[in-house]
Amino acid sequence: MSRPLKIANASGFWGDQPDAAARLVARQPDLDYLTLDYLAEVSLSIMAITRAKDPAASYARDFVEVVQSLVKFWQDGGRTKIVTNAGGLDPHACGAAVCAELARAGLTRLKVAVVAGDDVLARVQAGGPDFKNLETGADVATVAGRLVTANAYLGAEGIAAALQAGAHIVITGRVADPSLTVGPCCAHFAWTAADHDRLAGATVAGHLLECGAQACGGFSTDWLELPGSHDIGFPVAEISGDGTCVLTKPAGTGGAVTVQTVKEQLLYEIGDPGNYLSPDVTVSFLTLRVEQDGPDRVRIAGATGRPPPDTYKVSATYRHGYKAHGMLTIFGEQAVTKARRAGEGVLRRLREAGCVYRETLVECLGTGASVGGIIRRVPENDLIETVLRVSVAADTAEPVKRFTREIAPLVTCGPQGVTGYASGRPKVMPVFGYWPCLIPRSAVKPVWQML
Amino acid sequence: MKTLRSIAYARSGDKGSSANIAVFGRTPADYAWLREHLTAAQVEAWFKPLGPGPVVRYDVPNLEALNFVLPGVLAGGGSCSLRIDAQGKTLGQALLAMPLDLLPEHSHSTD
Repeated sequence: MSRPLKIANASGFWGDQPDAAARLVARQPDLDYLTLDYLAEVSLSIMAITRAKDPAASYARDFVEVVQSLVKFWQDGGRTKIVTNAGGLDPHACGAAVCAELARAGLTRLKVAVVAGDDVLARVQAGGPDFKNLETGADVATVAGRLVTANAYLGAEGIAAALQAGAHIVITGRVADPSLTVGPCCAHFAWTAADHDRLAGATVAGHLLECGAQACGGFSTDWLELPGSHDIGFPVAEISGDGTCVLTKPAGTGGAVTVQTVKEQLLYEIGDPGNYLSPDVTVSFLTLRVEQDGPDRVRIAGATGRPPPDTYKVSATYRHGYKAHGMLTIFGEQAVTKARRAGEGVLRRLREAGCVYRETLVECLGTGASVGGIIRRVPENDLIETVLRVSVAADTAEPVKRFTREIAPLVTCGPQGVTGYASGRPKVMPVFGYWPCLIPRSAVKPVWQML
Repeated sequence: MKTLRSIAYARSGDKGSSANIAVFGRTPADYAWLREHLTAAQVEAWFKPLGPGPVVRYDVPNLEALNFVLPGVLAGGGSCSLRIDAQGKTLGQALLAMPLDLLPEHSHSTD
């Protein structure tokens, strides 16, 4: 049996710590792979809009900076490879930018591959009963004219093939997050699609890795008790050929890897734990065994897998009007009553001016507004201060734009003690509806290419 | 006032306009108690002002966990929701603040 494969995550989302990758390889140069995840459910729709103004905005440009940050490591002989979904809507453009960066650094020996074929917009736009919304059951015809993106969650197949062909950096568009980890395992251990339990184990490892520091105490219930919370480590999975793994983190980093931090991340964003669906394998979490294997080391074993569905999940997005949020701080006696009246007053004035909104919301932060006020620790008017947050959404941009001009005037027409207006007018933001649906595997052709 | 926090830890997140909250017993006895007393109906009632659909509970005994799925609790979720918490990040903390005496029989087994 070959030695375990060491795979770390260096980005849990688009906007994560920019120096995570460089710090990981500096602390642990024996890592086999870094995986970097950039694509949340609606990230691709943001790229679709920014691409209209700038073609280079069709992928996660932050990743090119990550490559720059690793140049010295590779020049000095570092061997860590990379798998990332930074390609967004255009993996080829991202790949070309990375190749240019490597060429500048004299690193043309590093081969870059791209995986594509996830874009199924034309198919979904053509409509049909197959593409009904998985959440609501609605027919895709109701949004067909407004669709912006539709991308299938591809599996590990293309990534594994590119790595087997010698790629050092694999850039994908939409793939299932755990497949960024499953791909290297398939290439390294020569697993086949029938190795369901092993694929299940690697999928669990990928699921633990995909949110970065969250597996090492970030976002955990007992965060306050963690050592070194200013510098929580990014996770490293040591995956064995049988699909079991040890989750750990580089020595000297903060946070902790315990049975508790691992269990919390195992069930993060999970539906039925007996049927975790991925394009590589259907996983049961109900057979997992999780045990401490040393300080900041947790062993995860027992994953069981079954064949994946004969469909790919598709994440489609459609234009759904515009929104804006305005915030001001209200300090003083009866701050919450004042804030609420001021917020409602803005909306009333706009309605009287003829503005039509499909939805509005007034929240007074500090009162438990994040959860709709279901928990109150003190009577509202015992609070000496609140942040007023007013939001509107409309089908057209105009009434939202008008709203953004009505927040700052509360400084002179609102109650005494209004402050915190220095950040300027709120931004008008496009809203993207999320349209999850399925597509037959036979309708999707994953492709990979060495650049 | 004793809350779920004294016997459990939790983690919440989003999936489209739905959220899930995983609740873990701090000890095997705590988990046995949670499994018996913390029902889907109680979680649904606790979050009623946020408008969840029918809450589903999945038992995960090997992780000493209950996983609650709250359909439609995020008012559209993601880009659509106007709420300060469009992604259910706060729901775990909110569930842990549930007073134990809201549950039918609150004599905690490890008291």
